[in-house]
Amino acid sequence: MKVAFTSQGNSLDSQFDERFGRAMYFIIYDTDTNETKVLENMAGVESAHGAGISAAKKLVDAKVDALVTGNCGPNAFYVLSENNIKIYLSNAKTVKEAIEEFKNKKLEIASSPTKGGHWR
Amino acid sequence: MDNKPREIVVISGKGGTGKTSISASLAYLSKDCIVADCDVDAADLYLLLNPITVEKHDFYSGHIAKINQEKCIGCGTCKELCRFDAIKKNNNSKFSVEPTSCEGCKVCVEFCPEKAIDFLERLCGEWMKSETRVGFMVHAKLGIAAENSGKLVSLIRNEARKLAQEKGKNLIIIDGPPGIGCPVIASITGATDVLVVTEPTISGIHDLERVVSLANHFRIKPYVAINKFDLNPEVTEKIEKISNELNAQVVGKIRYDKLVTKSQIEGKTIVESNIPSAQDIINMWERLKIN
Amino acid sequence: MTIAIASGKGGTGKTTIATNLAIVASEKYDSVTLLDCDVEEPNSHIFINGKKIKEEVVNVRIPEVDESLCTECGACSNFCQYNAIVSLKGKPVVFKEMCHSCGGCTLVCQPKAIHEVDHRIGLINFYKSGKINLIEGLLDIGSPLSPPLIGAVKGYESKDTLNIIDAPPGTSCPVIEAIRDADYLILVTEPTPFGLNDLILAVEVSRKLNKKFSVAINRVGSGDDRVHKYCKKENIPIILEIPDDRRIAELYSNGKIILENLPEYKKCFEEVLEKIGTVIQNGQ
Repeated sequence: MKVAFTSQGNSLDSQFDERFGRAMYFIIYDTDTNETKVLENMAGVESAHGAGISAAKKLVDAKVDALVTGNCGPNAFYVLSENNIKIYLSNAKTVKEAIEEFKNKKLEIASSPTKGGHWR
Repeated sequence: MDNKPREIVVISGKGGTGKTSISASLAYLSKDCIVADCDVDAADLYLLLNPITVEKHDFYSGHIAKINQEKCIGCGTCKELCRFDAIKKNNNSKFSVEPTSCEGCKVCVEFCPEKAIDFLERLCGEWMKSETRVGFMVHAKLGIAAENSGKLVSLIRNEARKLAQEKGKNLIIIDGPPGIGCPVIASITGATDVLVVTEPTISGIHDLERVVSLANHFRIKPYVAINKFDLNPEVTEKIEKISNELNAQVVGKIRYDKLVTKSQIEGKTIVESNIPSAQDIINMWERLKIN
Repeated sequence: MTIAIASGKGGTGKTTIATNLAIVASEKYDSVTLLDCDVEEPNSHIFINGKKIKEEVVNVRIPEVDESLCTECGACSNFCQYNAIVSLKGKPVVFKEMCHSCGGCTLVCQPKAIHEVDHRIGLINFYKSGKINLIEGLLDIGSPLSPPLIGAVKGYESKDTLNIIDAPPGTSCPVIEAIRDADYLILVTEPTPFGLNDLILAVEVSRKLNKKFSVAINRVGSGDDRVHKYCKKENIPIILEIPDDRRIAELYSNGKIILENLPEYKKCFEEVLEKIGTVIQNGQ
């Protein structure tokens, strides 16, 4: 299965990013082959509005099966869950650490969005 | 470096509560941090930290329509379709876009029969990296009528994090925007601590509840500072009680101190001036530091 | 006539001035309309303490897709600048609170599968207190876009009476929407470096919009004379000065009006109205 991790940099040693929509990178880890791939999230970072929606669409298009991040707003949550992408929450320091947590089944699955989206 | 720096974001339900003065003081007390001014609508932190800018970049966000006067035939399709009343007729019976009203929706661009309308990236302001006496600072200046979006706040935080990594700093102090809007969310997501600055006023109680519940939503432990707590002891007591109920520790009570303005005029942080409220902030920092 | 009270940042005393001015005006005129356009944090009602007489829901128009007509071409999703309508596996999904109601998706949809429906963004509350009509916009939590609601509040400006607008703080889109049509602006500030910095931004906005304006300085004596000097240099009249008085801060903290408790301040608010009246007359 392919799992996306939000990251501040483009390597396994990079700091894990708790933000989803405007995370700089997604590190895609394949649990079957142990391989990783880097996906830039420029569309999310650069969008003036709806970064979460745009980032979620990117993951749908990349055909990942799960996402590990720190927070996921309702719009992104909707897009991901409608496309059967599972969302796990982590507070890991690095991407490597988050992958370990995922492999050891230490992460909780998010059953609802972690934030109220646009407050006012 | 594997260690993630601690990120303390100072926010408040409304503006003018002393958020910026407190942020600057904490930065000074920490002796060793990166400072980020994410309150880009009222970017006042630089007035206390006297930064020397080392890097400056334009900030673009969204788009804006611009009518090419040579191609415009004055048909008025754009004006008809614009829902934001952003198109004005010129004296030469051609049309032009009023930039403060344009929301960059692209409708006029798409439906202009002469293809006379350009869709330009919108310059919203600039952001800077600077050196100050308390450490490096990332800040921005927003243009008139430009929107403080989550995008600019995220950019400033990203740069602050990069700087922390580069310079080996373990602490980032962020002067956050007031309210609970999109920029506030962007400034606290993924931070380690939130310090909510409030005043003992009737509206302050309501604002505090909303901001603390926002922090709780994000699973970030909130701390509370009551500024000018002695102005209204009754309301202060209420705020302490509510903070307790919301699991937010009151880490500081800062007295009403007319001399705060004097230190602001001298371009100093409160704790650099020998004034009564400085001690209150030092006590608060001692409590925050160990948490 | 409409006077808007604005400031470059929050906490300078905008609401204090708007509410006290409304009270003075209500003694002079048959009626006065106070429009609270600080729709994210409307606080005027705390001070005016009126009786609520009605409320009204404010809607904007957002798209709805008729799936039987949709050909899943993706044109709406490609067009939308706000990520408010997005094709997921071909099907367009609407994210209501992202929508700016530009109407673009309905226009680009070839099979005419998109029509617009109402979506609630907030409320307008109507209060009455003596001769003051307070009209307050209150944005729903979760609604990020305040300009349409501010526009709706402004729709209740009265043609026959004096209108006073309590604008949101800052210099961004909601502020522009609130002050765009006013006849006169009062920019509220403090005599401090922060106050001056934010005042300069507010002055830039006022000039860009070609407005007549003056400055009100709150907490005079707490800082220095840099704001006074700036106004002199720029030829901006100072219409009101409120001294730094701890009693005023205490009244504010209890949600009380200055005039009713410190009558010595009444005269300066009366003068504000007179001065503005003269300026507007001379200008026309």
